[in-house]
Amino acid sequence: MSELSSQKIPVTVLTGYLGAGKTTLLNRILSENHGKKYAVIVNEFGEIGIDNDLIIGADEEVFEMNNGCICCTVRGDLVRIMDGLMKRKGKFDAIIVETTGLADPAPVAQTFFVDEDVQRNARLDAVVTVADAKWLSDRLKDAPEAKNQIAFADVIVLNKTDLVSKPELAEVEARIRGINPYAKLHRTERCKVALADVLERGAFDLDRILEIEPEFLDAGDDHHHHHHDHDHHHNDHSHSRGGLKHYHDEDMQSLSLRSDKPLDPTKFMPWLQNLVATEGQKILRSKGVLSFTDDDDRYVFQGVHMMLEGDHQRKWKEGEPRESRVVFIGRELPEETIREGFESCITA
Amino acid sequence: MSSEQLTIASLTDRVKSVAVGAPVSAVHFLGERGAFVCAEEKVAIADATGEISHVVVHGGAILCTASDGKRVVTGGDDGKLVALNAKGETSVLATDAKRRWIDSVALHPDGAFAWSAGKTAFVRSGKGEEKTFDAPSTVGGLAFAPKGLRVAVAHYNGVTLWFPNMAAKPEFLEWAGSHLAVTFSPDNKFLVTAMHEPALHGWRLADNRHMRMSGYPGRVRSMSWSAGGKGLATSGADSVIIWPFASKDGPMGKEPAMLAPLQARVSVVACHPKQDIMAAGYSDGTVLIVRLEDGAEILVRRNGSEPVSALAWNAKGTLLAFGTEDGDAGMLEF
Repeated sequence: MSELSSQKIPVTVLTGYLGAGKTTLLNRILSENHGKKYAVIVNEFGEIGIDNDLIIGADEEVFEMNNGCICCTVRGDLVRIMDGLMKRKGKFDAIIVETTGLADPAPVAQTFFVDEDVQRNARLDAVVTVADAKWLSDRLKDAPEAKNQIAFADVIVLNKTDLVSKPELAEVEARIRGINPYAKLHRTERCKVALADVLERGAFDLDRILEIEPEFLDAGDDHHHHHHDHDHHHNDHSHSRGGLKHYHDEDMQSLSLRSDKPLDPTKFMPWLQNLVATEGQKILRSKGVLSFTDDDDRYVFQGVHMMLEGDHQRKWKEGEPRESRVVFIGRELPEETIREGFESCITA
Repeated sequence: MSSEQLTIASLTDRVKSVAVGAPVSAVHFLGERGAFVCAEEKVAIADATGEISHVVVHGGAILCTASDGKRVVTGGDDGKLVALNAKGETSVLATDAKRRWIDSVALHPDGAFAWSAGKTAFVRSGKGEEKTFDAPSTVGGLAFAPKGLRVAVAHYNGVTLWFPNMAAKPEFLEWAGSHLAVTFSPDNKFLVTAMHEPALHGWRLADNRHMRMSGYPGRVRSMSWSAGGKGLATSGADSVIIWPFASKDGPMGKEPAMLAPLQARVSVVACHPKQDIMAAGYSDGTVLIVRLEDGAEILVRRNGSEPVSALAWNAKGTLLAFGTEDGDAGMLEF
């Protein structure tokens, strides 16, 4: 499937709380001289200062799927718009979906997991969240939407950094990292970020889960120490387990697990499936690279809420440590249950 | 599969190729000429000798289309609803004030037509009177009832039956999920929607009893009533699924017929207007003619291309036209 994925049209989801600077970033993407043409799905016509016949107004209609899974929602309007856009294949190189400031990114992402026709033609590239350096800390306290958008992000554009002091910036970054230590974070003024840092990220490409995200590898250690003044596993350098990162009373956390002993696939896969089936509403994103017993292939997976996709990726390289790493980002994650479940999948 | 196809009757050498030159999303007949609706901008009008002319109807993608045999009406992402007649003349029927996409269109035999943009459904009567109806969510599909001026408006969580000329409150048929294409049975007794999930949903209009028609591996994008409305042929599976509608209970409690299985997905279906035969197009490019009675097949086009995306018979049933997603098209005369 991964050979095919390169021919599919990449879709970038642009989120961010009201006033953070989404439109500024969008205008930058559209006006910069990059030789590419973007189809843009927006909520409000007229905010975009660029003349482009491929700007489409959306209605943000969130539809539940009839499969008994309550967090399995898709953007109905997006299914329809993608259908229409595919008639103009070849007229644009990529698609950007802007969500409203109050939107949950999950239904957008899930549309690309659930809908067969959408999946055939397009692939989710990354969720990019624009955050306001001055107001994000406040919004994280009073707006669950803002927290969702940070937790869901593959790339965070921390904007308006010129409006805050250095300690304020450190504070807001620590809060972001307390929720999501894995996203790429870029500090900007007026959304001045290299477009290569927000587009064509391949964040949902199973093959690139690790390659583009070195933070992922070091997440248990590196960011932890730089950004957090308290933790549960400060001296835990055994690499056998990661840490649950808290910033004060955040209810959104990330949980990373690792093992250098191989996992038993007959235990791990049912455990993972059961976990997302029962706790999927709390788990926003999940990712993992796995080493299974008697298997020379790396197995990779990723998920959004209850939806998982995974595949054997490639052979483990010679000398490459065969280590399994799993990350969950979510709300009120049952840490001990997850940790114990994971440990029980390690081949004795 | 290819060896199997060699053994069945073939009409492939009688197909006249039509040089549409662009992906085809639908085909209709204007008299004896095929109107091949392209994915973008144009409709190609061709006769059975292969003679072809192109007419520009939209400035972008053509999102929906319908025909009554006299004209083809298309809605585009340029916000326009355009009619094309058999002479190749176009006229703009409506332009959306906000330049929204025209998502669906339906024609009434008396000249009325309906279209939708976003949540709003519009009807213009044969006399030119325009009415609008705001659905609770984006309109997924539109259909005129065979009798009277009644419009089925499909949307999220059901279908609204709207009577544009009456003050009566529209009737709401509820069923959870996103409803897209919608069609009345020719006898006006049943209403069927193709849902976003791989299933159909139906209502018996006398008592609004539900009919669930599920089990498809993929979304149903094409539905066609057989001659006399005895069955509803559908795409979405690796064989043509035909639901029985001949009895007063419709398909309730009955199994559908499954004809012409291939190792490819049925992508489009078109029943013959008079006889109990139909044409089926597949995701591998195959086109078959299938006898409904026993499933006997005749090959019209071999596999080995992009999916077949358009199929139609002329009103007399003497001509069949098809088109594919990669712009191949053909006509066959009987």
